[in-house]
Amino acid sequence: MAGPIIELRGVTKRYGQLTAVDALTLAIEPGSFTALLGGSGSGKTTALKTINGLVTPDAGEVRVDGRAIGDEAGWALRRRIGYVFQEIGLFPHMTVAENIGVGPSLAGWDKPATAARVAELLKLVALPDGVGARLPAALSGGQRQRVGVARALAAKPAIMLMDEPFGALDPVTRDALGRDYRALHEQLGLTTVMVTHDVWEALLLADRIVVLADGRVLADAPPAKLLAGHDDPRVQALMETPRRQAERVRAMSEGA
Amino acid sequence: MSDPRLAAAWALLPNYLGQHVLLSASALLLGLAISLPLAVAASRSAAVRWPALLVASLVQTIPSLALLALFYPLLLALSALSLAAFGKGFAALGFLPSLLALTLYSMLPILRNGVAGLTGVDPAIVEAARGMGMTDRQRLFQVELPLAAPVIMAGVRTAAVWTIGAATLATPVGQTSLGNYIFSGLQTENWVFVLFGCGASAALALAADQLLGLIESGLATRNRWRVVAGAVGLVVGTLAALAPLGLTAAAPARYVIGAKNFSEQYILAELISDRLKAGGAAAELKEDLGSSIAYSALKASEIDAYVDYSGTLWDNILKRSDNPGRQAVLQQLTAQLKARDGVTVLGSLGFENVYALAMRRSEAEQLHIKTLDDLAVHAPQLTMGADLEFLSRPEWASVQGAYGLHFRKQDQYQPTFMYRALTSGQADVISAFSSDGRIAADDLVVLGDPRHALPPYDAVVLISPKRANDARLIGALKPLIGKIDVAAMRAANLTVDRDHDKATPAEAAKALAAKLGL
Repeated sequence: MAGPIIELRGVTKRYGQLTAVDALTLAIEPGSFTALLGGSGSGKTTALKTINGLVTPDAGEVRVDGRAIGDEAGWALRRRIGYVFQEIGLFPHMTVAENIGVGPSLAGWDKPATAARVAELLKLVALPDGVGARLPAALSGGQRQRVGVARALAAKPAIMLMDEPFGALDPVTRDALGRDYRALHEQLGLTTVMVTHDVWEALLLADRIVVLADGRVLADAPPAKLLAGHDDPRVQALMETPRRQAERVRAMSEGA
Repeated sequence: MSDPRLAAAWALLPNYLGQHVLLSASALLLGLAISLPLAVAASRSAAVRWPALLVASLVQTIPSLALLALFYPLLLALSALSLAAFGKGFAALGFLPSLLALTLYSMLPILRNGVAGLTGVDPAIVEAARGMGMTDRQRLFQVELPLAAPVIMAGVRTAAVWTIGAATLATPVGQTSLGNYIFSGLQTENWVFVLFGCGASAALALAADQLLGLIESGLATRNRWRVVAGAVGLVVGTLAALAPLGLTAAAPARYVIGAKNFSEQYILAELISDRLKAGGAAAELKEDLGSSIAYSALKASEIDAYVDYSGTLWDNILKRSDNPGRQAVLQQLTAQLKARDGVTVLGSLGFENVYALAMRRSEAEQLHIKTLDDLAVHAPQLTMGADLEFLSRPEWASVQGAYGLHFRKQDQYQPTFMYRALTSGQADVISAFSSDGRIAADDLVVLGDPRHALPPYDAVVLISPKRANDARLIGALKPLIGKIDVAAMRAANLTVDRDHDKATPAEAAKALAAKLGL
């Protein structure tokens, strides 16, 4: 498809006195992996949720697949977009397999097709076979988030929205899951928009980093370019930390 | 040793239990059907939530007996409206008012737990459901309701226990229930009946609670077998309890005979029903009706016949406070009730049951009290014990007006306990009934009424407008007119009211009939 798959045009969202997102304009190309990077209160989560209609903007327009999202029911839009967030929200009364099967059955797939898709996804997110019959409460945090990713992918969306997806995991699990997801992104040809407050995560996973503060774009560039330097002192400061940490770690390993 | 009262209680159980289960199960189902959708609406909108919870809480503060009683006049008015508008009324007594009152009563726990369960679902789970593209409806049925189900079931359990307990209070509005044991047992001092009624209702509540608890724990632990076992137990238990009703429903009762809440009324209602049955007709009793409920039920043809007292009707229905004498009162009543309400006064049974103030003989003699005039002098030092309605009846106003009576204290009792209060010294004067066997048995004196403030109280048989020309009913009742003298009635009443060797009202009615040669 020619042109961006997601477009925000002058999107503004206010909560009372607070302007969470301030006239934000952003175009996301198909197949890209974009990180929305910012601290708490930067408006990154609100901006993400305007894309699948969980947040309705006060002003501006959001277009997905070239169409304004107000043209169809919110639920219909959301069935075409995968959504993963930190708390995961697995349904505790359903088994892992039933959780993953929700999307396909909402989309009207028959039972054999859903079952086949569930088996395929368990393999794709590297979960052992027996997990499907268990309840979410019986899984580890990392396994649960893998189920969360599998559930979001089940109905074959072209777009994945992720809100701090690996934020609650330990560093090792977090790194493994991040790399696995990045591979899936390539393999399935997805368009991914990921919200994170973690500079390292943004640098290591995304092709493009959009730095947000007070609901506005501070910087918008590929990771390497941002690391090389930026006019805005706040962005400069943000990139300084990983750079220095990387240098210290390198010095340590060379000294040893 | 097997007590005959226990045998009598067991014999009544299939009908009482079936009616009780029918009433409480219907109220619970109707309550669920209203409360659940309301809980869903309330969980989604604060504008629905607080008014709904407020109203349900307010209903809960109304004493359940009063709630049941209030539905009768309400339905009676609605029935009259419907009769005027569509030419068809409906029964305002019995099942319908009980059902509606208990339904309202069952709503609070279901509503409150429903709202708590639905709003208590983890917001992350709700967000996941929305994020996946579930519609509001899909989210409700696939996610929120299954997760809230254990909390909702806990509310249903509470509602079931309340409803089954409160259903015993449906007896005074004419709905048969396990409360019939309790109300008539209390009146005739048949403690076996009272205990039997309490025990049966408690056992029923416990059984329902356990089965619903099984479903609740099955839902909480996702154990399908528990849910199925609980549900099957409930359905089978309910059907088993209802089965005897189906059998009796095949032979529908033709005549409904009313009775107020004291022994004489129970005996006379049994006597009338025996006469009808002897003539080959079916008859059903509606006992423990309040005085004015009995008359308005008759007027609306919801009961076909009952016995009332001329003075009661004179003061309470015709609102008269003069006293033109026994015959004149009877004649005017007969003419005016017919003209006003279409009610037939078939005639007097032959005895009077006068409202009369009575005292212990010893105290009356000591204070030299023979009449109400003498009583007025000592009243400020004495305690008055009245039945539940006397103090709010016009008769009391006219006695008080005529003699200037002012007591130190006035207490109200069930009639049985009123006599107890007098003999034990807790009361000095009571509002007694002159046909009561206990006047002689307890050695009481009835005080004279020289100013004729109290009207005559001939026991009269009343017939509903619908049955005004029913030859079978009138034929069965006519032979009773003028046949029962006060001595015969007093003796029959005493066999039911005395402490030992008690007879049931049905036995007393048979003995009375034999004595009268009927």
